[in-house]
Amino acid sequence: PDGTVRYTTNTNGGPLFIFVKDGKIVRCTPIDFDNTDAPSWTIKARGRTFKPWRRATVSPYSLALKSQVYTDDRVLYPMKRVDFDPKGERNPQNRGISGYERISWDEALDIVSSEIKRQKTVHGPGAIAIQHHSHHQWGNIGYYLSALLRFGNLIGFTRIHHNPDSWEGWYWGAMHHFGNALRLGLPSHYGTVEDALKEAEMVVFWSSDPEVTSGVYAGYEGTQRRFWAKELGIEFVHIDPHCNTTAQLFGGRWIPLKPGTDPAMAHAIMYIWLTEGLYDKDYVETRTTGFDQWAAYLLGKDDGVAKTPEWQEAETGVPAHVVRALARQWGKKKTYLGAGGLGTGVGGAVRNSTGTQWARCMIMMMAMQGWGKPGINFGNLQFGTPVDNFHYFPGYAEGGISGELAFTAAAINNYTRMPHVLSMNPVKQIIPRQRLPEAIIKGYAHGNLWDGSSIEAQIAPFEYPMPGYSKIHMIWHYGGAAFGTVAQSERYIEAYRHESIECLVSQAIYMEGDTPFADIILPACTHVERYDIGETCGCQGYVHHAPGQLNHRTIVMQHKCIEPLGESKSDYQIFADVLSRLGLGAMFTEGCSELDWCKRVFDSADLSKNITWKEFLKKGYYVVPPEPEETPEPVSMRWFAEDRMKDVPEPHPLPSQYSGDFGKGLQTQSGKIEFVPNSILRGDPNNPERPALNRYIPSWEGLQTKELVAKYPLQMISTHSRYSFHTFSDGKDSTINDIEDHRVLIDGYYYWVMRVHPEDAARRGIGHHSLIRVFNDRGAVILAADVSPLMMPGVVKSFIAAAVFDPVPDPMGWADRGGCVNILTPQRRQVQGTEGMGSNSCLVEIAPWTPTLKAGE
Amino acid sequence: MEKWNLIIDVEKCENCNNCAIATKDEHIGNDYPGYAAPMPAHGGDWIQIGRRTRGATPMVDVAYLPVTCNHCDNAPCVDAGGGCVTKRADGIVIIDPVKAKGRRDVVDSCPYGAIWWNEELNLPQKWIFDAHLLDQGWKEPRASQACSTGCMKALKVEDAEMRRIAERDQLEVLKAGLGTRPRVYYQNMYRWNKCFVGGSVTATIKGVLECVEGAEVVLIKDGKVAGEAKTDFLGDFKVDRLEPNSGTYKVKIIHPQHGSALVDATVNESVYLGSIQLSK
Ligand SMILES: Nc1nc2c(c(=O)[nH]1)N[C@H]1C(S)=C(S)[C@@H](COP(=O)(O)OP(=O)(O)OC[C@H]3O[C@@H](n4cnc5c(=O)[nH]c(N)nc54)[C@H](O)[C@@H]3O)O[C@H]1N2
Ligand SMILES: Nc1nc2c(c(=O)[nH]1)N[C@H]1C(S)=C(S)[C@@H](COP(=O)(O)OP(=O)(O)OC[C@H]3O[C@@H](n4cnc5c(=O)[nH]c(N)nc54)[C@H](O)[C@@H]3O)O[C@H]1N2
Ligand code: SF4
Ligand code: SF4
Ligand code: SF4
Ligand SMILES: [Ca+2]
Ligand SMILES: [Ca+2]
Ligand SMILES: [Mo+4]
Repeated sequence: PDGTVRYTTNTNGGPLFIFVKDGKIVRCTPIDFDNTDAPSWTIKARGRTFKPWRRATVSPYSLALKSQVYTDDRVLYPMKRVDFDPKGERNPQNRGISGYERISWDEALDIVSSEIKRQKTVHGPGAIAIQHHSHHQWGNIGYYLSALLRFGNLIGFTRIHHNPDSWEGWYWGAMHHFGNALRLGLPSHYGTVEDALKEAEMVVFWSSDPEVTSGVYAGYEGTQRRFWAKELGIEFVHIDPHCNTTAQLFGGRWIPLKPGTDPAMAHAIMYIWLTEGLYDKDYVETRTTGFDQWAAYLLGKDDGVAKTPEWQEAETGVPAHVVRALARQWGKKKTYLGAGGLGTGVGGAVRNSTGTQWARCMIMMMAMQGWGKPGINFGNLQFGTPVDNFHYFPGYAEGGISGELAFTAAAINNYTRMPHVLSMNPVKQIIPRQRLPEAIIKGYAHGNLWDGSSIEAQIAPFEYPMPGYSKIHMIWHYGGAAFGTVAQSERYIEAYRHESIECLVSQAIYMEGDTPFADIILPACTHVERYDIGETCGCQGYVHHAPGQLNHRTIVMQHKCIEPLGESKSDYQIFADVLSRLGLGAMFTEGCSELDWCKRVFDSADLSKNITWKEFLKKGYYVVPPEPEETPEPVSMRWFAEDRMKDVPEPHPLPSQYSGDFGKGLQTQSGKIEFVPNSILRGDPNNPERPALNRYIPSWEGLQTKELVAKYPLQMISTHSRYSFHTFSDGKDSTINDIEDHRVLIDGYYYWVMRVHPEDAARRGIGHHSLIRVFNDRGAVILAADVSPLMMPGVVKSFIAAAVFDPVPDPMGWADRGGCVNILTPQRRQVQGTEGMGSNSCLVEIAPWTPTLKAGE
Repeated sequence: MEKWNLIIDVEKCENCNNCAIATKDEHIGNDYPGYAAPMPAHGGDWIQIGRRTRGATPMVDVAYLPVTCNHCDNAPCVDAGGGCVTKRADGIVIIDPVKAKGRRDVVDSCPYGAIWWNEELNLPQKWIFDAHLLDQGWKEPRASQACSTGCMKALKVEDAEMRRIAERDQLEVLKAGLGTRPRVYYQNMYRWNKCFVGGSVTATIKGVLECVEGAEVVLIKDGKVAGEAKTDFLGDFKVDRLEPNSGTYKVKIIHPQHGSALVDATVNESVYLGSIQLSK
């Protein structure tokens, strides 16, 4: 009625209606389902019937979309650094210092395409590296695993290989005990919402804040279900140094502990179970191996130290009687372990030096309690709803249009359902993402692989440079978030300015973060300015059946709602234009526009049997009907607990991975849960930092590292930002900046927030919302203090992924007032022989700070 | 006639700010003649979330309180406006974006601080309950539509019905004493304006310090019982809904096997007594 046209889109925080008038976005709203959409599922539990809201919930950063489409921080024209002359002086030392001039698209495309040719001619294969980040706007076409990978494969590139930053401790640790390599060591989730509501008596949230992290991508879908659990009288406990948002909302005992000491507490809980007979002896006997050795260690038979609650108290700061009481309750009651934000894993506790130990403990604890039996499983009501998991729609990790079979999950479904020209990268050289600066500056780096095909794929190290290839001399940067998201990120400045990097291209939407270090900036548009297609929270691949977090599976046509702003173009178009200059245009596009590709994805997916392309384009979304209430939901690990054939709809592990009959038992060598994993005994037997028997090894940087604590007495944890999705929606003059728990406006500048306990603040003369300098030997950052008893003493908490990097004068040279706290975090691997990061093992000191610059300087 | 009301359950607000961000999305850069001129990109928080923590680490809780225009039935801003602020028949209060130009005084008339001065447009502004959308047939304002927990609900009912609901659910309004008669109601306000006394009860059992479950806790003030609780499996108890600055209470804790304790709690704000050990 107001003359707007209603389009649809998807975001990493839920789907949206986009209302457009006269070519401009008027508003973005959540989608309320109507009565032509499929019905909602119901769960009956303990005499009650539960039905979810008929609405697709969204996160605040999604609702702020319009403000970041129209922001002044957009790159609207191709740009060239003023003192970068591709034919003469390139002045790499001035990256991040000198300004830009506008150039034409023709000029920009000429420069980058001839540079690609020059790199190959002068240096040979491997000279071009592609640097991208983990998260995208949404969709199957434009995603980096899709169009960018296809582009990269067509030119040949040195891969900057990500560490499994979300998974770390699960991948490098937990997986060895039970397998699930294709989930990178995370448990699965099937049927657990219904099982928890029917059977569970307690949920332990351990390093788990789903109200902030939404599992992943799932808006507020899990919130209502946690309220149901609470209404049913299911008890909640929260183990976290911060009384996090989930603990705040639902209550239940908050047990703060020194970050990174969690394995000690877990040991003590298991000690009580062992000594008081509060574990499932039959399960341990029949479904696990190596328990005797584990039990001996808990009792202190090999090292003379019994892992008692009193023993852990000195490490964790949690009173022994509290641990004892929790252990007994847990042992007696059917308990769901909500480990990490997904409930089935992840969690800030995996991103510190003891991350592997903690995740390993989580698996061993569940093994002791009879993992898979009714009411006993991983979860926090976030994953495992009774949606129809059999209805196929590709997730972004399935590679979209990439044609890449090795580095995406395309081979499972996408490749056969949507035949398209295969592509592969003949350059085998890789650089670990966390080591990129060393690779450039020192010319050498080594690392370990993230590869989910087997448990042992991670064991063999690789090196850069790889024999036969050129070192890298050109970086194609896609986005630019490294200062905010990579450990000890100050290292990147020297790397980006290194003379060996002859050309740095940034294909970016925003002028923020690392982007101003580029020589050439190619303006990409946002996803509402181009066509795409995607399912809400459909990532699949390593999070197979991720829409199991949703109340309604929602597949969305991501309309091109408005024309690209300025001269910006879709990433797809940029790739096509560059490749056309290399004679590879048609090979890239297969003659298809982005809308054509959307149609091909549509045709390949099951929804094309239920709705026509026309209807889908018009309505903009399709709700997948849930499983009928009568079909029983197989529950994760129930089959294992009952020693049956695997019955959950999960194509993992690969067939070769079964030691015994296909479909029976786990991926481990014994097919059982291994308290002392064969894969470590076989592959990495002498690693003192990851022993086969999971010992408690105190952090190399934590509140017990005495010398360093004398200098830097506070431990900083830097976890996932509540109101932004990493850098998405932060900075850019977005409406999110005015949320005081995200940034605080002080003297005209928006400062990033750090949470501090009142005692720690008072001792240093720091007031609520006053400015602080946070520093250690690695650097300094200027933040605003948020003082409250929601933080435990001795620990400070900030979020990662500030989009803004803004150095100001400081006694140490410079300090970042943009909020990139990763400048302070250690680059050290959490455990040797892995590529895991240990960012939360970080000591700092904080002090009051007075601005050295005025706003606008 | 049915009129609009808003009900917010303080216990279920999780400070996601969806209500505030949705409202900004609706109004920043958008002009709705007759309803509201565009909201400035910054400096107008028509919906603002307050925060109050109670207690001490680790027994602490926090309440979030969304505050906005209350669409008062006896609105000081309407009185002060002299025609530029009007009350609609459906209960919604609108500041006329044309007539109110330059009327800085209107900002000060609101005892809730709910009116924001738009420097650029020289205009007082506030949350309009998205009347422009309701008039087009929307069923609720953007704020409640986007609410993550469902704690914010817009309700169009007869005043008599609203009074009944307010009584049934023990709803409160902000600054009731002013007599402004707000149409924005709050549930479970005790989390914002009352206090608790809490503690963690332990005893030495067979030579080991343990949490005591099932101990009876009684709060006594002036010889009368002011509250009761039972400890949970971690020995924790919490007696809530006490008046702030209400003085000193005797806290009597008894467990049939493990003994008893008697301590004082002085309630200015909420009190966490920490670990309390029973003795026989
Ligand atoms: N200290 C600490 N560090 C951490 C973590 C932690 O817990 N603590 N967590 C780690 C984890 S789990 C993660 S996942 C990472 C996340 O870290 P990153 O993946 O580095 O962060 P993002 O902000 O998601 O980066 C996405 C970038 O891509 C760009 N981009 C997005 N969409 C598009 C598009 O369509 N086109 C183009 N051209 N560019 C686009 C964005 O602008 C942005 O620059 O951080 C890790 N770092
Ligand atoms: N809003 C939002 N949601 C997101 C993201 C985002 O950027 N923003 N990112 C997504 C991504 S990529 C990922 S990987 C997931 C990450 O999801 P998670 O890994 O689960 O999230 P974190 O915020 O890192 O950590 C969760 C909790 O762990 C606590 N914690 C930190 N260190 C310790 C410790 O040593 N011990 C214990 N017990 N607790 C600790 C933190 O205080 C925090 O409350 O979130 C996803 N969801
Ligand atoms: S009542 Fe109004 S101001 Fe208060 S929370 Fe709801 S929308 Fe926000
Ligand atoms: S809250 Fe303030 S602005 Fe709103 S009606 Fe009442 S007096 Fe007027
Ligand atoms: S949207 Fe709802 S839960 Fe979120 S801040 Fe507003 S009222 Fe609170
Ligand atoms: Ca149990
Ligand atoms: Ca069913
Ligand atoms: Mo991640």
